[in-house]
Amino acid sequence: MIADIAIAGLLVVAMFFHGVAALGVVRMPDFYTRMHAVSKAETLGMLFTLAALVVSAGLSLVTVKLVFLAIFLFLANPTSTHAIGRAALRVGLPPWRRLPPENA
Amino acid sequence: MSAPSLFLVAAVALLALVMVYVHRLAVGPTVFDRLLGLSGFGTQTTMLLLLMGAVYGRLDMFVDLSLAYALLSFVGAVASARYFERGGQDR
Repeated sequence: MIADIAIAGLLVVAMFFHGVAALGVVRMPDFYTRMHAVSKAETLGMLFTLAALVVSAGLSLVTVKLVFLAIFLFLANPTSTHAIGRAALRVGLPPWRRLPPENA
Repeated sequence: MSAPSLFLVAAVALLALVMVYVHRLAVGPTVFDRLLGLSGFGTQTTMLLLLMGAVYGRLDMFVDLSLAYALLSFVGAVASARYFERGGQDR
């Protein structure tokens, strides 16, 4: 019963961060800002989802594998986002700038 | 509410969020937007696979599948980022 409440709480927090990442992907104005939203919010959502699964699985080999997956994704997710961002910068994709209100 | 139904609700919510990444993958103005959508799609699908494993009660099997999927997704994202860094041409 207590485990169910903990799982529900962790899943709600995870879905909040996944939702923030999805909102950033839809709403942000250019590639770099979208990347900023995805790389951090999605990593946190992933960690909370895996925490909920660890609470549900108990102490077993599955938990060890889940922890390994969490460590791997915690390193791999920012690495791949960084590689994509560096590629965009080297190709010369210009960052988004807010236009001045009266550019005359 | 028991644990499998909680995971089912979370999986349905995550499926709705995956559609956002598919949208970015389809309409992304630049190729890097599409790559970012693909990378996010990979992570979300890994989570979705684990949640469905918890729903079916076979997490021991699905965790291996999601480990392999996460590795492939990471290697694919980094390799295609290196490819498009050179402007998308072979040397």
